[in-house]
Amino acid sequence: MKNKTLKNIFIALVFIFLFLPIIILVIYSFNTSKMNIIFEGFTFEWYKTMLTNTDLLEAFANTLIIAITSTIASTIIGTIGAVGLYKYNFPFKGLINKLIYIPIVIPEIVLGISLLSIYTLMKLELGMPTLILSHIAFSIPFVIVSVRSNLSPLITTYEEAAQDLGANPLNTFFKVTLPAIMPGVISGATLSFTLSLDDVVISYFTAGPGSNTLPLKIYSMIKTGITPDVNALSTIMLLVTTAIITVSAIYQSRNIAEGGKS
Amino acid sequence: MNKVLVRLENISKKYNDKYVIKNLSLDVYEGEFLTLLGSSGCGKTTILRMISGLEHVTEGKIYIDDVDVTEVDPTKREVNTIFQNFALFPHMNTWDNISFGLRMKKIPSEEIEKRVKKVIKLVKLEGFEDRLPSQLSGGQQQRVAIARGIVMNPKVLLLDESLCSLDLKLKRKMQLELKKIQKQSGITFIYVTHDQDEALTMSDRIVIIEKGQIEQNDTPQNIYRNPKTVFAADFIGESNIIPSIIKEVLEDSIKVITNEDKIPFIFSKYESDKKNDKINLLIRPENIKLSKNELKNSIKGVVKDVVYDGSVTKLFIDTEGDLNLKVNTNGNIDIKEEEEIYLKLDEEFVVPIRGKQNEK
Repeated sequence: MKNKTLKNIFIALVFIFLFLPIIILVIYSFNTSKMNIIFEGFTFEWYKTMLTNTDLLEAFANTLIIAITSTIASTIIGTIGAVGLYKYNFPFKGLINKLIYIPIVIPEIVLGISLLSIYTLMKLELGMPTLILSHIAFSIPFVIVSVRSNLSPLITTYEEAAQDLGANPLNTFFKVTLPAIMPGVISGATLSFTLSLDDVVISYFTAGPGSNTLPLKIYSMIKTGITPDVNALSTIMLLVTTAIITVSAIYQSRNIAEGGKS
Repeated sequence: MNKVLVRLENISKKYNDKYVIKNLSLDVYEGEFLTLLGSSGCGKTTILRMISGLEHVTEGKIYIDDVDVTEVDPTKREVNTIFQNFALFPHMNTWDNISFGLRMKKIPSEEIEKRVKKVIKLVKLEGFEDRLPSQLSGGQQQRVAIARGIVMNPKVLLLDESLCSLDLKLKRKMQLELKKIQKQSGITFIYVTHDQDEALTMSDRIVIIEKGQIEQNDTPQNIYRNPKTVFAADFIGESNIIPSIIKEVLEDSIKVITNEDKIPFIFSKYESDKKNDKINLLIRPENIKLSKNELKNSIKGVVKDVVYDGSVTKLFIDTEGDLNLKVNTNGNIDIKEEEEIYLKLDEEFVVPIRGKQNEK
C-alpha cells in the first residue's frame, strides 16, 4: 500500500518535471497579459500578432524548407550509406563504421565552427544553401545509425532470395531491401526532421543575411524579453513536431501489428 | 537411366585460401530427389549455393542441362532455392511472394494469375493468399516458400535444410508432402540436410558429404545396408562398428576375426585384401539376436544400460572381447541391468567396411 503511494508520487513528479514547463508555455500563449507572470485572461491575440509578423513567418518558412530538403537528402544519402557500409567489404570498414558516431557525439558548437570554417575556406556565401548543407551533414549519421539497426543477415537472405527469383539489383533494392528496412528509414527521417526543425547552434554559425530560421529568430527575440507571441509560435512548433512524431509512431506500431519482422 | 541435369565437374571452393570443397564431381539426374547429407560445416550448403550461383566456384565447372553455367549470374539460372529460414519477403502477402519471381521476369499478368493459382492449389494454400508471412504458421510459410520456387518452373529446385525449423510432427508431415509435391511437379530436387531420417524418408539418392568430399553416393537402402565407410555407417542409422583383422585370405573369400578370436566371419574377397589388414565390421543394433541361453557362435555379455524408447528397448551391452554393443529389441523383452545374456551376430547381417581407399 505504502509502496504504491510512493510509486504514484514518483510517477507524478517525473511527469510534472517533464511536462509542466511545456504546459505553462502553452497556457501563457493564451494570456492577455504581456507578462509571463500572472494569467489575466484568455485570448488568441498573440496568435494574430504572430501571423502578422512577416519576419517570423519568413523564418518559419525557411525552417520548413530547410527541414524538408535536408531530411530528404540526408535520408537518401544515409540509407544508401548504411546499406553500403553493411553490405560491402572495404579497407578500414570497422574504423569507418565507428567514425560515424563522431558527428553525433561531438559538441554541436564544434561542428558549427568547423562547418563555418570550411564554408569560409571554400568562399561559399552564407545563406540558405549553407544552412541546408549543414543540416544534411549533421543528420546523415543519425539516419545511418537508425537504418543500420534494421540491417541484419536476414536482409542479405531476402536479397539473395530476390536474386534467386530473377530480380535485378534495382528491383531487389526497391522491392525487397527498402521495404524491409523501412522502419529504420522512417525513424531516421523523423529524427533528422525534428533535429533540423529545432537546431540553433549549428544554424547560428552557418546562417547568413536573409536566411533566418525560426529557432534563431526566437533566440534573438528572447534577448529583449520573452513576448507571448513567442509562446504562441513555440506552441505551433510543438504541435508540428508532435504531429510528425505521432504519424511516425502510428506507422511503426502498425508495422509491428502487421508483424513486419524487421 | 534418366539424363544428367546438373553436372558438377571437379568443383572446388576456397575461402581465405582454405578449401571447403575440393575436387568434387557429381551428376544429378532429371526428376530425382537427391539429398546432400552431412554434418554442419561439411560444405553441403556451399555446394547448393554454387549450383544456384549465389556462391562463386573457385575451380571446376557446373553444367545445368548441358550448358556451362559456371559464370552465369544467379538471376539467369533456371534454378530456384528454398532457403533455410524460408526468406519470405515480410512485407508481401502469400500471393505477392509467390508471384514475385514471375513479375520480375515480366511474364504477362494473365499467365502469372494462372500459374500462381495452380501452384497455390498444389501446395494447398487456397484462402491464404492475402496473409502476410507473419500471419502464417511454420508449415504454411514452408509451403509458400516451396510454391515461390516451383511456380518458376525451375529445372532444379534447391532446398537448404528447409524443414529443420519445424517441429517433429510437422516435419514428418512435410517430408511426405514434399516428396509428393516433387513427384507431382516432376522437378528435380536437391535437398540439403544434416538429418538422416529426412534423407532416408524422402530421397531417391543420398550423397553423404564429409569435409567437402563425397563419402558415399547411393540409394537410401544401399547406404543403410552396405555403407562403404565407417563415417557413412555411423551417420546413417545406428551402428555397431567392430574393429577386426583379416586372419586368412583364401581363394575367393577372407576369414575375419574380431579382436578376441571368438567368432570367425567369412566374406567374399576383394582384390586388395591382405592378411593382417585391419577391417571394420558393421552390425546394426536391430540385427543382433539375444538369448538367455548360450547358442552356437554366440558371445556372452552383460547388460549395462536399458533405455526404453517406445517401440524399441535399447540395450547397451559389454561383451567378451571388450566390445560395447548397442542392441535394439522390441519392447517386450524382459531384461534388467547387470544381467548376463548371449548375443548372436549372424553373418548375413555383418557388413565388412574396408574404407574408401579399397573401393572397387
